[in-house]
Amino acid sequence: MENVRSLIDILELSTEEIDRLVEVGTKIIEDPAAYAHKCDGRILATLFFEPSTRTRLSFESAMLSLGGQVLGFSEASSSSAAKGESVADTVRTVSCYSDIIAMRHPKEGAPLVASQHSLVPVINAGDGGHNHPTQTLTDLLTIHHEKGRFENLTVGFCGDLKFGRTVHSLISAMSRYKGTKIVLVSPEELKLPSYVKKEVLKKNGIPYTQTTNLEAVMPDLDILYMTRVQRERFFNEEDYLRLKDSYILTPDKLLGAKEDLSILHPLPRVNEISVAVDKDPRAAYFRQVRYGRYIRMALIMMLLGIE
Amino acid sequence: MTIDSIKNGIVIDHIAAGKAMELYNILGLGRLDCSVAILKNVVSGKLGKKDIIKIDTNLDLDWDVIGYVDPNITVNIIQDGKRVEKRQLKLPERITNVIRCKNPRCITSVEQELPQVFKLTDREKRVYRCLYCETQAGK
Repeated sequence: MENVRSLIDILELSTEEIDRLVEVGTKIIEDPAAYAHKCDGRILATLFFEPSTRTRLSFESAMLSLGGQVLGFSEASSSSAAKGESVADTVRTVSCYSDIIAMRHPKEGAPLVASQHSLVPVINAGDGGHNHPTQTLTDLLTIHHEKGRFENLTVGFCGDLKFGRTVHSLISAMSRYKGTKIVLVSPEELKLPSYVKKEVLKKNGIPYTQTTNLEAVMPDLDILYMTRVQRERFFNEEDYLRLKDSYILTPDKLLGAKEDLSILHPLPRVNEISVAVDKDPRAAYFRQVRYGRYIRMALIMMLLGIE
Repeated sequence: MTIDSIKNGIVIDHIAAGKAMELYNILGLGRLDCSVAILKNVVSGKLGKKDIIKIDTNLDLDWDVIGYVDPNITVNIIQDGKRVEKRQLKLPERITNVIRCKNPRCITSVEQELPQVFKLTDREKRVYRCLYCETQAGK
């Protein structure tokens, strides 16, 4: 619906809107009680056509923390999609029961279809390997909290840069800030797609380097964004097994890193960050989870037009 | 070789050589009852060789489809044997139900009744991407 504001792609938000969300997220962190009744009487529907416990709980926690209520399903088999109902029809129905929808779907573009038919705002909670804007907002709030700024940061991305949608979105978002430098670390087979390099990095004049050697670039980084090689993005099990252990972050590899490096990871992790790194104060990935709840609170308020 | 000139109809000119059949099929000209002439490899001062389609009736054409196939095409509308309009085409910002997304992960791969919409993302290189999954057309 045209008069309802949804969030499908992070690029739909202007830098001013992102700054505003980060500002509200920060205020919530400082004084959560002031926001505990902002969504009294409102209902969030979480439509998860594929399981993602972390993201679903984060949305539900955000709405409950605002005083609202939640309903929904956590996998397609427990929804009418199992009977063959279209995304459009599901959303037409659910938008009569709720004030805002968070939707996860294995097919790319499904949340966009939902937003075209919904009576209430739709938040894309991940569509296949495509977009995941609230993860990017989480990453941005984390970066801002850890670094105190968005400008003049060298951000390293390591692991699966080909299928990693959070990587593509964060690169797009960071490309808007002055002084951003990008370092891409991946095996040959999982390099950042050339269209992202061309349409995002080159178009915005962002300096970037590509390498297969993480330790060599470690001293340059302000942020290290680790990613998991995801089994579900491969059609071929052999390729997955060959590439899954390409980069494993251990304390040894951090020896040359800056004192104030921040290590981010969208989670869940499998083995790409050794548990020994968790004790390092530079490991920001569990703090990142907390920021995810606060930025989703800020986003729900923004889309519902609540100050 | 000569083809009779038409009294009332449409002449689609300056089609890149070899593209006439593609355009014929996309526009669904095979469904028309009137005469339709396809001229292939006509000598052209501008293009070297070109294709031309002559349609012996006036009908509403999907300009966006023609522009997508080849933005250099010109369309001449003929009435009473005279050209009353010459339309220069351009690449459309969006095309609907002209091409299909081939990405098996796209929502259109499972919900067949969704319109197949592609948007222009790079005019210079004529790159179109699926509205839903952003996969490049033809990939």
